[in-house]
Amino acid sequence: MKVFLMHRDRDFAPEHDLVVDGQMMTLGDEVRAMLSTYADRDFSFRRREPLPEPAIVQDLELNTLFEAMASGDEFLLEIAKQALLSGLTDPASIRYRQDILKDCLKNPAVVREIYSIPIESLVNKHKHWMGIFTRYPSGVLSGAVQMLEMFVELLKKLKRIADDHSGEFESEGFRRFFAMIRQELDDDYFAVVKNHLRQLKFNRGVLLSAELGRANEGTNYLLHKSNHNDRNWIKRIFERRAPIYSYTLHPRDEAGARALGDLRDRGVNLVANAAGQSADHIDSFLNALRRELAFYIGCLNLYERLTQMGEPTTIPEPLPANEREHSFNGLYDVSLALTMKQKVVGNDVNAAGKDLVMITGANQGGKSTFLRSIGLAQLMMQCGMFVPAQSFSANVCRGLFTHYKREEDTSMKSGKFDEELSRMSAIVDRLAPDYMILFNESFAATNDREGSEIARQIVSALLEKHIKVFFVTHLYDLAHGFYDKKMANAIFLRAERLPDGTRSFKLMEGEPLQTSFGVDSYNRIFG
Amino acid sequence: MTFYSILFDKDNIQKETADQPAFFTDLNLDQIIDAIAARKEEYGLKPFFYTPLCDAETIRYRHDVMRDLEGEGLIASINEFTGQMVIVRRYMSLVEKVDNHYHKEGWFLEAALIYAEAVTELAQNLDLAPVKSRGFLAFREYVTRYVHSGGFQSLRAEAQKVKAGLSSIRYSVIIQTGRFSVLKYEGETDYSVEVEKTFEKFKQGAVKSYLSDLHYGAGMNHIEAQILDFAARLYPDQFAALDQFCTTHSLFMDQTIRVFDREIQFYVAYLEFAADIKRKGLAFCYPQVDEANREEYDYDGFDLALAHALLHTEKPVICNDYFLKEPERVIIVSGPNQGGKTTFARTFGQLHYLASLGCPVPGREARLSLFDQIFTHFEREEDISNLRGKLEDDLVRIHEILARATPNSILILNEVFASTTIQDAVFLSSQIMRRVSELDLLCVWVTFIDELASFSEKTVSMVSTVVPNNPAMRTFKIVRRPADGLAYALSIAEKHRLTYQQIKERIRS
Repeated sequence: MKVFLMHRDRDFAPEHDLVVDGQMMTLGDEVRAMLSTYADRDFSFRRREPLPEPAIVQDLELNTLFEAMASGDEFLLEIAKQALLSGLTDPASIRYRQDILKDCLKNPAVVREIYSIPIESLVNKHKHWMGIFTRYPSGVLSGAVQMLEMFVELLKKLKRIADDHSGEFESEGFRRFFAMIRQELDDDYFAVVKNHLRQLKFNRGVLLSAELGRANEGTNYLLHKSNHNDRNWIKRIFERRAPIYSYTLHPRDEAGARALGDLRDRGVNLVANAAGQSADHIDSFLNALRRELAFYIGCLNLYERLTQMGEPTTIPEPLPANEREHSFNGLYDVSLALTMKQKVVGNDVNAAGKDLVMITGANQGGKSTFLRSIGLAQLMMQCGMFVPAQSFSANVCRGLFTHYKREEDTSMKSGKFDEELSRMSAIVDRLAPDYMILFNESFAATNDREGSEIARQIVSALLEKHIKVFFVTHLYDLAHGFYDKKMANAIFLRAERLPDGTRSFKLMEGEPLQTSFGVDSYNRIFG
Repeated sequence: MTFYSILFDKDNIQKETADQPAFFTDLNLDQIIDAIAARKEEYGLKPFFYTPLCDAETIRYRHDVMRDLEGEGLIASINEFTGQMVIVRRYMSLVEKVDNHYHKEGWFLEAALIYAEAVTELAQNLDLAPVKSRGFLAFREYVTRYVHSGGFQSLRAEAQKVKAGLSSIRYSVIIQTGRFSVLKYEGETDYSVEVEKTFEKFKQGAVKSYLSDLHYGAGMNHIEAQILDFAARLYPDQFAALDQFCTTHSLFMDQTIRVFDREIQFYVAYLEFAADIKRKGLAFCYPQVDEANREEYDYDGFDLALAHALLHTEKPVICNDYFLKEPERVIIVSGPNQGGKTTFARTFGQLHYLASLGCPVPGREARLSLFDQIFTHFEREEDISNLRGKLEDDLVRIHEILARATPNSILILNEVFASTTIQDAVFLSSQIMRRVSELDLLCVWVTFIDELASFSEKTVSMVSTVVPNNPAMRTFKIVRRPADGLAYALSIAEKHRLTYQQIKERIRS
């Protein structure tokens, strides 16, 4: 039984997928490292050790977004991170999630009720100290039986929800999920389970068999149900003629009693293991249910927040990675809106067919905010979420990198410019066609001419390698140099300044200008 | 063909050396040999590696054995065999340890079974392997004859028969409180399978096993022993056959095979060690060796101890070339510090020593001289307040070396006299250089004294080098050229490989 609400054909395990196939968006080695530490973790008991924050998380202020999705829940926070940082590159897979998300937005109460089932399991285990805490087969067995009894009640509840509400869901993902629940968990099944749970208590002795293994040591112990299928099976065996040798322990032979207990354990070992693993199977099924629904719960949380503020959202239109599209209305920076707790300015751009988007213009004019909104929308779209805009359509990218000017000089050894270039070099190591890269004031740590020349070489090479570039810059030589080339696949946006010197925070298409209006900032601060 | 030993080609089997040679630590050979021997701790291989050869024929005998082992599959066959022999020895030790009669005999039978299979398989594999070395050809002949002998054949057949009889037994045990009963098994079904099937549908992936490891070592408690004795009563024929087998074959292991089992580890350990290093993209080769040789070279050689230390890092291991043509005998290494000079000197010593063991050496292609002794003298960081005493110690030590050295010796000096005044150092070095030159021995001398580099036609100058555009960065390359100043410039972008051309080349399409 597979939940399959995050992928049509596989479990949601981003740390695994990252390594296994190329269907995940690449966001750099730090992200990969972060996701891989999620492997094998049980969120309910252990806390995560803090990891260095990947650059993209800082640059796009993703934490604000994660927290809004989490709404205070640590597990939701982790899953939001995993989902956003392991976006999909195939439009069809994205649409699979979008359809499920639409169902969630339509039936939030039912979805949250399903989500409460694995949560209830966690609470029960915690409250009643359930689990398998011993390595002795008899202990394993009794722990397992107790858990199985608890799980059965939860599964019955899940079955009832499926019976009552499956008709209200339209997406392929949910329809299949409900059909599976109704088919696998029917009444006959629950009857068989009940019978086993009674038998597994072994109140009378056990019958086991063994072979002579290595060096004549007993091995391959098996536990049997007697061929005499009634309560007095032991008596029946002794009544027959077959040879049988018995040994009764001396009442004070404590070592012998222990040894006999061990032997019983060997016999029960396999069946205890079967019961223990069965409990784990159901547990892992419930965990999978929780993990695969958590992303959508996060989406619901965020949706509710944005709707309250009156901010629009839209289900975006993803296009294949080898196309070039970026057309949207009212695209806003969701992190900024969440921080400000109010509506923020959105932008409209039509960059169909463009490989290079170069953004220049006034300081404090909304350039960085715009660049961030581009990055956020890309991540949100590619993980199957709605996007903070009135409408949004873009090609997916195979990987996304950010190269931002760093305020602090992290290393004493290398200068600032050196540091920028070595970061760029590390990115180049990972780049491939149909990736996307966001530059924010990069290569400006040297003089305008040198910086422009190096940036020009870098951007030209990237464009030839079919990498989509967004570049926010003050480097006039750089911006105007590209402008003069009159390339069909480039678009130039300018942070708008109204004639009176105030900013609209809107970006307009326009030729790069010589100054960045730093004088305005100067005047504002000193004036 | 008579088989003497897989390590020696004739009746010249050298005594094993118990102690590590004096120059080992200076050359970091101790690290290399420790690492190699650690893979095969139980064989006590170090003495083999402490015993260099001066006989080119024996060295070539080992080369040929080693080449055979590098051929397809042979080393795997050998490993399989020696791995089985480890188990045989472990089982035989258990025979001594356990108490119950049928339990003892059980371990004995297991040991015999594994021994018989291991030797049979070894013979078969050797038969199929395209071995060419004298060593393996002679050993193959020996093993084949042994395997076909009557004694071995009956050991194998009887062991299998007795084991098959015992394995066919399955018995049942009923456990109640304070009491158990043993009887023949009557085909009841396995209950755990039923439970598994019922809950299998929820399976998401692998889950942890709750199977307890209920094996209590190699021992039986009195309950288990009692059950075994009951089982023996239920199935008397199979146990009588076991008794008979143990009496007949009380001594089953062959002495020559026992010795081979240990000696072959010399090669296996070295080759496995080298294989790890090769995965870092480094080369090994069989050096040409002959006693008369006066010229030598090694291309793409490297410090094997350093390569081993860097094995699990991303750091590259730098390779270096050198050659000595007649009449060149002394390599003077100078240049910037931390530039790989000491490493080069160690490499030189390691190459010669490893060659003398009959092992492949670091490098693409090599020709190396045999030697009678290796001497090293490395500057150590010592108590600076005792400079006078240290200088005297140095001189005493070097004097002693020069007194014992012959034209066939190898001398490696590293920064001697570094802590004395420059005038003293130049004077002393020149004096020593004169004697070294007279002795005509092979020498590598790491020094800061440029003057030595052009001492005579016997000396060759090699220098450590820096990155052209960044003199603070070392290449760790040691090249043959006169010592010179270094200053080059390249654009900073080029350094980061971020020019238009470089990026286009770097990004995959």
